[in-house]
Amino acid sequence: MFKIPLTKAARLNSVVLKGPRLVLLRAIAQDATKHYDIIIAGGGMVGTTLACTLGKNQILSNKKLLLLEGSKIKQQSISDKYSNRVVSINLGTHKLLNDIGAWSFIAKNRFATVRRMQVWDALSDSSITFGSSEHTDTVSYIVENDLLLAAVSEEAKKCNNLSIMDGAKVKNYQLPIAQDDVVGITLENGECFTCDLLLGCDGVNSSVRKAMEADYLSWSYNQMGVVATVRFCEKFNNEIAWQRFLPNGPIALLPLTEELSSLVWSTTPDEAKRLLSLTNQDFVAELNTAISGTFSRSSLVLQATSAFDTFLRMFNCSVDQVRAYPPKVQDIDSGSRAAFPLGFGHSSQYIRQGVALVGDAAHRIHPLAGQGVNLGFGDVACLNKILGDAVYSASAISNMDYLKGYESERQKHNVPTMLAVEALHRLYNTKFTPIVLLRSLGLQTTHALEPIKRAIRNQAAV
Amino acid sequence: MKKSKKWMTIDVSLNIRQLIDTNTNEFVTVFSLFSTVGTIDSEEVENFQKLAAEWWNPCGPLKPLHSMNKLRIPLVRDGLINEGCIAIVHVRTSTPLKGMSVLDVGCGGGILSEPLARLGAVVTGLDATSNALDVARKHAKDNNLAINYMCSSVEEFSQNNIGKFDAVVASEVVEHVTEKASFIAACSKCLKPSGSIFITTLNDTFLAHFLGVWMAENMLSLVPRGTHQSEKFVKPHQLQRILEDNGLRTKLMHGMIYNFVTNNWSWSSNRSINYAMHAVKNADL
Repeated sequence: MFKIPLTKAARLNSVVLKGPRLVLLRAIAQDATKHYDIIIAGGGMVGTTLACTLGKNQILSNKKLLLLEGSKIKQQSISDKYSNRVVSINLGTHKLLNDIGAWSFIAKNRFATVRRMQVWDALSDSSITFGSSEHTDTVSYIVENDLLLAAVSEEAKKCNNLSIMDGAKVKNYQLPIAQDDVVGITLENGECFTCDLLLGCDGVNSSVRKAMEADYLSWSYNQMGVVATVRFCEKFNNEIAWQRFLPNGPIALLPLTEELSSLVWSTTPDEAKRLLSLTNQDFVAELNTAISGTFSRSSLVLQATSAFDTFLRMFNCSVDQVRAYPPKVQDIDSGSRAAFPLGFGHSSQYIRQGVALVGDAAHRIHPLAGQGVNLGFGDVACLNKILGDAVYSASAISNMDYLKGYESERQKHNVPTMLAVEALHRLYNTKFTPIVLLRSLGLQTTHALEPIKRAIRNQAAV
Repeated sequence: MKKSKKWMTIDVSLNIRQLIDTNTNEFVTVFSLFSTVGTIDSEEVENFQKLAAEWWNPCGPLKPLHSMNKLRIPLVRDGLINEGCIAIVHVRTSTPLKGMSVLDVGCGGGILSEPLARLGAVVTGLDATSNALDVARKHAKDNNLAINYMCSSVEEFSQNNIGKFDAVVASEVVEHVTEKASFIAACSKCLKPSGSIFITTLNDTFLAHFLGVWMAENMLSLVPRGTHQSEKFVKPHQLQRILEDNGLRTKLMHGMIYNFVTNNWSWSSNRSINYAMHAVKNADL
C-alpha cells in the first residue's frame, strides 16, 4: 500500500557521503518497511492524541505514521474506582478531542463539568470567581488521565496509516545535519527506523529534546503535589473547582461526581511526606483545616482590602463576593494518596531540522492553573494545522518554513501563559505582608474588572 | 515607519533564464562528462552536486522563487477550487489538483512545476532554455514525478495545443516578454473554455524600478546585474486590458511583498512592486 519514498532515497544517493552514519541511514531509508513520514516518540496523552489527530487529517492520509511507546500498553478496563490523576480540559482541548471523535468515548464513560471556579487567598479576604453564579457557563471539564488515554488510543487504532508500537525503548536518535537527511532512530533491541519528521512527545525528561541539544530552562519548585480522591459528607451540586492559596502552596479540589472530588495539594516535600504517612482520618482532618481553617492574617491587609472593597462598591463594580465553601470532606479513597514533584521547564527551541517538540517535552508548568496539559493539546492542534498546510501546499512535511510557524505560534501562546502561572506561583508562595497586601488588592481589582477577567479566560480557554 | 517598511521589502523577482545561463553551463559540461564517461571523477561529481543543489537549494540564489511558492501554490490551488473546476472529493486532500492539466510557461528548473505535480496536476513545463530543462527533467525524475518538459515558446506550442489546459501559469515571466499581447494570446489559446490563467509579475512603477531593479541588483546583490529590464515591466491595468482583449476576465489581483530579511512573501493590498492575477477564459470562447 505504501510506496517507498523514492524522493528521499534518490536524494540520498546524490548526496556526497558524510561518513558511515549516512551510509547506514541511507540503507534503512530505502527499506520501505523501516521508513516513515512521521514518527511520534512517546505514547502518553499528548503523543497518542497527536498520532490520532494526524492520522485523521485527510490531507495527510497518504503519509505513513508510527507511534513509539516505551512501555507496554495495558488493555485496561475502566474500573469503578476513580483514578487519582485527573486533568482539567479547557474548551480548546475539548474541541480537539471532539474533532477526532475521542470525546464520545469519554462522554459514554464519565467526566465532570466545571461551571464555576473560585480562587481565594488564605491570608486575606480577597477572592476571584470565574463562571456565572447561575452555573450556566462551562469553565472546563475534569477527565481522568487513564480514561482520556483510553479514548484517544481507541480512536488511534482506527487510523489506517498509523502503526502503533509499544514496548519500544529508544536507544538513540540521529538527527539530520544537512537539509535532505532523514532522522534515524535505534531501539534498544537493535531495530532501526528512519523518518522525515520526528515529533518528540516524550515528556518532561524528553530524550528527543536532549538529542536536539535544545537550550532548556528549568528549575524545581521544591514542592510536591499530593493527590487523592476525596469524598464529601453530603451529596451536592458539585460543579465548582475550588482553589485556595496556602502559605506552602495552593490546594485544589476538582469535581468528579456529586460526592467525589479530586485533590491536588501542592506543598513542601517534607510536608508532603508527612501527609502521605498520616492515617486517613488524620489526613482528612488536616485537609479540612487547609480548606476552611483560618490563618493568622495581618490586620493591615484586612483593613486595606475592606476599604478597597468599599471603594469598588462606590463604582458599582462586581464585588458581590458571595463566597461559597466546599462541604466538609468525610473520607478519602484508600490507596488514592500519592505525591509527585513539581517543576518548571521551557525549551527555547521547539524545532530543529527534521524534529519538533510537543507538550511536556517542550514546556512544563506548575499545576496551579490546570494549564499544563492544555498547552500540550494546543501544540497538537497547531502542529496538525501547520503540517496539513505544508502538504496542502505541496511542501515537504519537514519544511522548516512551516515548522518555524509552529514554533513561533506556540511560543507566542505558551510563554505568556507560563509567565502568568509562574508569576501567580511566586506571588502566592509568600507570607510577606506587603506582597500579601498587593496581591489581595490585585485580585480584587481583577475580579472587579470584567474585561481583564475575560482576557484571562480567553487565554486559558485555547 | 511605513517608509522604512517599504525599504525593507525589496523585490527580487528573478530572471530565471539568465541565472541558468550563468550557473548551469558549467554544470551541463560536467553532467555530460558524468553520463558519457564511465569513470567518475569524485571531484567533478562533487562539483556537479554543488551546482545542481544550487538550483534546488531553497537557501541559494533562487531562494525568493522557492519561498514564493508559499503564495503562488495556494493562489493556483484555491483559484481552481473557487472556480469549481475541482471535484469536491479532492478538496482538502493531499492531491487537490488531481487530474487538472496545467501549463507552466517559463518553468525554468521546475520550482513551480514540481509542487503542482505533487498536488496531482498533470503538468507541462515550457521553457526556451534547454539547460534549465535538463536540470528540471533530472530533478523530476529523482523525485519520481511525471512532468512533461518541452523546449518551446508558448506561441509555437499553442499551435498544436488549442484548448487543452485547465490552467496556464506564467509566474515571473511576463516582465521578460517583449510582445505581451501575442504571449497572452498564445496562453489563452492553450486554455479550455472557463480555464484559468495565473500571472505573477512586476509592476511598472518607480518603486519597482528602484527597489526591484536598482537596489536588488546593485546594492543588495540579491539578483545578478542586468536581470531585469525595467522598460518591459507592465502595469496591472495594462495587463488586465490585454487579458480582456483575449477573452480573459480578471477574477482577482493581489499585491505581493517580499521581506528579504526573513525571505518571506506575503499578500498585500499594495501592488506597487509585485502583483499576482487570476483571470478566467470566457466559457464560449
